[in-house]
Amino acid sequence: MTKNLRVKSSEYIDETNRISFKFNGKIYHGFKGDTLASALLANDVHLVGRSFKYHRPRGIMTSGSEEPNAIVQINPGTNRTEPNVRATEVEIYEGLEASSQNCWPSVEFDIGGINNFLSPFFPAGFYYKTFMWPASFWEKYEFFIRHSAGLGKSPTSSDPDIYDHRNVHCDVLVVGAGISGIMAAKNAAKNNFKTLLVEEKNELGGSTIFENNEFNKIDNKSPSEWLKKEIEELKSIKNLEIKTRTSVAAYHQYNYLLARENLTDHLEAKDKINKIRQRLLKIRAKKVILATGALERPLIFNNNDRPGIMLSSAVKKYSEFFGVACGSKNIFFTNNDSAYEGALSLFNKGINVEAIIDIREQSESKIVKKVKEAGIKIYWSHSIVDTTGYKRLNSVSIMKLSNDGTSVTGNKISISCDCLGVAGGWTPAVHLYTQSGSKLKFDEEKKVFLPNKNTSEQISIGSCNGDFKLDEIFNNIKKKIKEMLNINITDFDNIKVENDQENSKRNIWLLPSDKTLGKTKPFVDYQNDATAKDIKLALREGFRSIEHVKRYTTTGMGTDQGKLGNMHALGIIADTAGVKMGELGTTTFRPPYTPLTFGTIVGRNVGKFFDIFRRTPMNDWHVENKAEFENVGQWKRAWYYPINGETMHQAVQRESKAARESAGILDASTLGKIDIQGSDASEFLNRVYTNAWSKLAIGKCRYGLMLNEDGMVYDDGVTTRLGENHYIMSTTTGGAANVLGKLEDYLQTEWPELDVYLTSVTDHYATVSLCGPNSKKILKKIIPDLDLSDENFPHMSFKETNIGNIQCRIMRISFTGEHSYEINVQASYGKDLWEKCMQAGNEFNITPYGTETMHLLRAEKGFIIVGQDTDGTMTPIDLQMDWIVSKKKYDFIGKRSLYRSDTMREDRKQLVGLLTDDPNIILEEGAQIVSKLNQNPVEMLGHVTSSYFSPNLNKSIALAVVRGGKDMMGKKLFVPMEDKNINVTVANPVFYDEKNERLNA
Amino acid sequence: MFLINCPYCGERDQQEFKAGGEAHIERPKQPTELSDDEWAEYLFMRKNIKGVQFERWNHAHGCRKWFNMVRDTSSDEIKAIYKMGEKPPSQ
Ligand SMILES: [Zn+2]
Repeated sequence: MTKNLRVKSSEYIDETNRISFKFNGKIYHGFKGDTLASALLANDVHLVGRSFKYHRPRGIMTSGSEEPNAIVQINPGTNRTEPNVRATEVEIYEGLEASSQNCWPSVEFDIGGINNFLSPFFPAGFYYKTFMWPASFWEKYEFFIRHSAGLGKSPTSSDPDIYDHRNVHCDVLVVGAGISGIMAAKNAAKNNFKTLLVEEKNELGGSTIFENNEFNKIDNKSPSEWLKKEIEELKSIKNLEIKTRTSVAAYHQYNYLLARENLTDHLEAKDKINKIRQRLLKIRAKKVILATGALERPLIFNNNDRPGIMLSSAVKKYSEFFGVACGSKNIFFTNNDSAYEGALSLFNKGINVEAIIDIREQSESKIVKKVKEAGIKIYWSHSIVDTTGYKRLNSVSIMKLSNDGTSVTGNKISISCDCLGVAGGWTPAVHLYTQSGSKLKFDEEKKVFLPNKNTSEQISIGSCNGDFKLDEIFNNIKKKIKEMLNINITDFDNIKVENDQENSKRNIWLLPSDKTLGKTKPFVDYQNDATAKDIKLALREGFRSIEHVKRYTTTGMGTDQGKLGNMHALGIIADTAGVKMGELGTTTFRPPYTPLTFGTIVGRNVGKFFDIFRRTPMNDWHVENKAEFENVGQWKRAWYYPINGETMHQAVQRESKAARESAGILDASTLGKIDIQGSDASEFLNRVYTNAWSKLAIGKCRYGLMLNEDGMVYDDGVTTRLGENHYIMSTTTGGAANVLGKLEDYLQTEWPELDVYLTSVTDHYATVSLCGPNSKKILKKIIPDLDLSDENFPHMSFKETNIGNIQCRIMRISFTGEHSYEINVQASYGKDLWEKCMQAGNEFNITPYGTETMHLLRAEKGFIIVGQDTDGTMTPIDLQMDWIVSKKKYDFIGKRSLYRSDTMREDRKQLVGLLTDDPNIILEEGAQIVSKLNQNPVEMLGHVTSSYFSPNLNKSIALAVVRGGKDMMGKKLFVPMEDKNINVTVANPVFYDEKNERLNA
Repeated sequence: MFLINCPYCGERDQQEFKAGGEAHIERPKQPTELSDDEWAEYLFMRKNIKGVQFERWNHAHGCRKWFNMVRDTSSDEIKAIYKMGEKPPSQ
């Protein structure tokens, strides 16, 4: 049976509620209120993981989110498993399972531990230097690295939980519910500010709630007693919302903050079902009050990472808050008075404190006197030079520090112990502050970075502002809150505060050892195994910028972002390089402050909501008729309709033949449609298209090409004149939104004098394209009254009519080269119209075809697809479409660019047709084209943009862009592929019906 | 994430907006009369200032209106917002 180190009953631990959980397969017990860390410590388990590089045994070091070592895999092997979770933040529940990470085969015997003995060969930059060369060895290295490294395992089945996002607006957001945050929230809410108080832990009160220093008093009460009363009062305050288990992950500009609210992680599996697990709060706050507290610093000395070595504040919290002794023979190591509070806390509970090792020469504060009176041995001016104990600390060796603190002298004394509380002073938690873009300054005396210049309406109060003493905290809060909230009095104006600490501190960033630095392991970043030695090596190798040293040594690059050791890294760099810390700057603290789950980030946008699809009104018909779909922008378009187990190729060949031989039907609803009205509509079209529009008669259609101002083809489509001042423009499916945006831009900013109004009507209409020699007969069956003769309804014209009671617009236009009609009806009638056409076309074997056949048919005609045959570098001239560029018009978008020396070069890539010498070989789209084989370097002339096997021509056809292609008609070129060279001949891009006879067939 | 005060709609989240590059670059009235260099100046050259910059923004997922913004690109502070056609505030 393991030892029970529960030493006192705590009001935060419910000892009537015993909870069993598993750690590394073994069953342990704790109580409601325990974290995984406190419950393990109560069972005398310190060893919880292995370090990243050297696989050194590591124990629980802290009691909060800054924990670098105790990161565990929660519920391994289940669909709720989560890696990289800090044991110090996990609230235990019945059935919880957790396991160590980064160890194989087990945390007790880890094969990677061998790296520790090889560590002279693993200096900073080892991975960069070693695994770069020879390149062919990478696979071997990778195997080794992947097998022995890595933090945790991601789940392999889908997440059963629900996640949520919520927008939150408030007048005042208070981050952190320690004493400062509670005071601020109370005053803000009482003064009618809509206030939100968020706290990452499940209890309010921060560290003051278990404050035991008898020399600190608020209103003549102990701080914890006073604060409990304040917290009680919060419950009755209106305007105040409190969210616990809510951690602010990011603080962006304009007081926009992201916080993760944890709703079910502390519940048993059966209670998690059908509940939102985590919610991302997107908070817009008018004012932000940061009360994020401070993190205790460790001290950097040889072998400072053994299980059992913890922060002194953590030792104190486990004792006072959780009622757990972290060891039975405790030592504290300190450079300030904080450790004395921890020592007294243990002493008062009858737990053995062997000694306090203090690098200062002395301290006269009341609490130090109290410790002396208690008979605890204090070693002044001493430093720890080494520690022993592989899986658990068992002794420390101490020596006297020289006056300048750079060396140790005298005899080495060894003291046995099983827990060491380390107190290196405090670092204000300014992470969120800096994320907001606000700037820090370095306080040379306190050796801390403090908030300096705010970029938004925000204040920092309490220890995150560098105020560590109660009187400082109170005075600054009162002052700052009055200023920010514009109020004259606070609840705390007349409260008397007493405190003790004299705050003397001796700061030595890297403590000396009797061994040379090269023979020691003073860890700065525990999670990434970066030592002071690595940092010094980086400086010797010429790195100067803190950002570079950080990346080279990986200091601060773990999942904890080096919350504990970053200051020491900076200090060591400053000392070594002989510069002031303030001048060095700090590394950037990036969001999230603590890791977020992917679930929280994506919220409800999973499954079918991950990427929203647009579907046409005829979609159900396509689905029922077994269409395969293709994604075009956000649209799901019918791609082809295989029957009787056809392959895509077979289906497309059949559809293409049918459309030319009898009748085909295509769902063209996705084409962009912009309604253009206004007295200057014609002039507007003149300016945006390359061709002329003023003379287009009402009821006629015209194809238009739109350029960018740089002369490159941007979009194309047919526009129809519906009335004197009324047009409907069609755009490409993918370009619809951008074209509208571009046109609006010109209208609003360049040509505000034009009377033109644009409305997107893409979704309002369903469009059926009916094509083929029998399309006319089919349409006639549907609309018997309409005169379909070439005289009354010629190619490129428009009719507005009715099908039964349904109003429709019909354009006789063609993208296939066949006689065809585009019938537009109100979207909700789309499927009905489609079915009518299918029925009427039945006797003509009407064949539905998808986008692939559409592409094939237009390629036979040499019609371009913007975005496939063009790529933003093609002018209309490059496309051999000179005919559509008006020479008469004074100006249109992109016109001037067509006369730039570069766009007029003869050797630009130009669109041509390509025919393979062997008509059965189909070129690959994207394949490169060359004129000579076995050239070195190869001169690439261009590439294939569209390629198909044409069933109507019974040969393969392709479109390509080729440098100088315009003048290469009939020239033999090559398309070199991996396994063969394909011989091709440059041809006219119009492969089929060059004279357009079929349009009127 | 900026909070942008659309002159037509009021304060809205940045994700409703699209940035449209440098402001007050007028499209030449007679492009054909410009030399290649002059046209290139209009077409390609943008200042990309570190500091106070005049920009075009569009309330793309809102009223679709274009407007101008004065923004300090180093601090992202929005110093002024004004409608198209209005005079920029003097610095
Ligand atoms: Zn707006």
